[in-house]
Amino acid sequence: MDALLRLFSLIPGWDQNVPAWASISLAGLLAAGLCLGFISLGPVGYVYVERKLAGFMQDRLGPMRVGPWGLLQTIADTIKLLFKEAIFPAAVNRPLFVVAPCLVVIGAFMGFAVLPFSPTWQGTDLDVGAFYVIAIGSLSTVGLIMAGWASNNKYALFGAMRSAAQIVSYEIPAVMSLIVVVMIAGSLSLQQIVAAQAGGLHNWFLWKFFPLNVIAFLVFFTATLAECNRTPFDIPEAESELVAGFHTEYSGFFFAMFFLAEYTEMFVASAMVSVLFLGGFAAPLPVLQTVAGFDIGPVWLIAKAWALVFVHMWLRWTLPRLRVDQLMHVAWKVLLPIALFLIVVIGGLLTAPATAGGFPWDPWFGWPLTALLCGYLMLTALRAWRWHARQVREAVA
Amino acid sequence: MPPTLSSADFLTSWSAVLLYFVAAVGFVAGGLIFWWVIRPSRITAEKLTTYECGEEPIGGAWVQFNVRFYVFALVFLVFDVEAVFLLPWAVVFRELGAIAFLEGLFFIAVLAIGLAYVWRKGDLAWVRLDDRVSP
Repeated sequence: MDALLRLFSLIPGWDQNVPAWASISLAGLLAAGLCLGFISLGPVGYVYVERKLAGFMQDRLGPMRVGPWGLLQTIADTIKLLFKEAIFPAAVNRPLFVVAPCLVVIGAFMGFAVLPFSPTWQGTDLDVGAFYVIAIGSLSTVGLIMAGWASNNKYALFGAMRSAAQIVSYEIPAVMSLIVVVMIAGSLSLQQIVAAQAGGLHNWFLWKFFPLNVIAFLVFFTATLAECNRTPFDIPEAESELVAGFHTEYSGFFFAMFFLAEYTEMFVASAMVSVLFLGGFAAPLPVLQTVAGFDIGPVWLIAKAWALVFVHMWLRWTLPRLRVDQLMHVAWKVLLPIALFLIVVIGGLLTAPATAGGFPWDPWFGWPLTALLCGYLMLTALRAWRWHARQVREAVA
Repeated sequence: MPPTLSSADFLTSWSAVLLYFVAAVGFVAGGLIFWWVIRPSRITAEKLTTYECGEEPIGGAWVQFNVRFYVFALVFLVFDVEAVFLLPWAVVFRELGAIAFLEGLFFIAVLAIGLAYVWRKGDLAWVRLDDRVSP
């Protein structure tokens, strides 16, 4: 928003003639509009990529019919959903039935208000930014329970109860590993958390107190994955047992709204992971931060978030679904003790003067490990691609 | 000097949240109205039945059933409140020194004992021992 306000004041006479409240309102609505455009066009890409990925991982081609390589498939699906009729089953509680998907979408979107895309491209830099994202993200839970209960459908109710149990349980490890980051950064403001990681790869919190923060990262990533209701934590909408879970009774645009919310939540969660552990909008090399004098922070944040969204999709087609008791086991008996342990140990290390700035070997582990990891991933992708190409060749021959 | 939000007072810096909320409500309402205008409507009685994979639904879903989740909700509440107390502590404990850290440690220890107690009682298991039907 600050960037927009600065743009406005470039217009001659703007600051003298337009009152501050009007200026701020206009900038806020414009910024929100940009984000809304991003989230409403995003799923068109995400769904296509996800279906293609699913296809490749299962040795299929994925969507191929609509447009070249099936590129127009999701657009066609969106149009189809818009032209579906609205079905309000006779048994539903109509007001709650309508409010629920709205609440889910709004809850997922509101996180954008504090996501820092660059020092100036941010809705607002709240002092409690990190806490706000966690808090507003839980609003979706209310929407999900509302959807399940209002549907008056047993499958939907089961899905809603499961999602409440799951999201609430995984919120605790998420907040506890967030506390680790807050302790290191000494602030809840996302802008300051990113600033503490600026200056290159080795400053990222992922490599602080190596290998303790890597564990915190894994705990936080797992917890956010569960809060997005993604496989392997997708029992709230387990297709093979609950029809579609909490959105069984929804059709048309309502149905699309739940998917919009799911993909938005995925993006916000991934962006939060990259802000907290992967340096947010800070580039891995300080040289790459600006291109031709322009700060390309937003590109870095979105690239990091998309890389993590890719990992979400990858996990979906790799891991089987957890059973509900295993799910509770992981949250309460594995992740929570680990997170509490990390708070105590890292708190102690920060209090001791010798290790207050991190372990002496911290700057040396980030670079080679990141390079190794990226190299390994690229090699794996290359091998998968060549294996796939060979399969196609053999099928044709 | 243009107004900026980062250096602004409390209410101004939160105004963006309100504006984002207004925009989101507008977006959702606009989408719903657009859909309402263009969507067809050919409702029949069969379409309005509750979906249970083709079976006739027997009774509604608004019934009492065993909410497994009750104990989890209580434990969640304890730890969520703990998190709310720990967050401000995490922000400032370095400036307050070793005493503040030890106090935080004590606080965490009390809750860790609580977790151990719930764990030992078997309340963290989804299927509790005393609920199992003996053969």
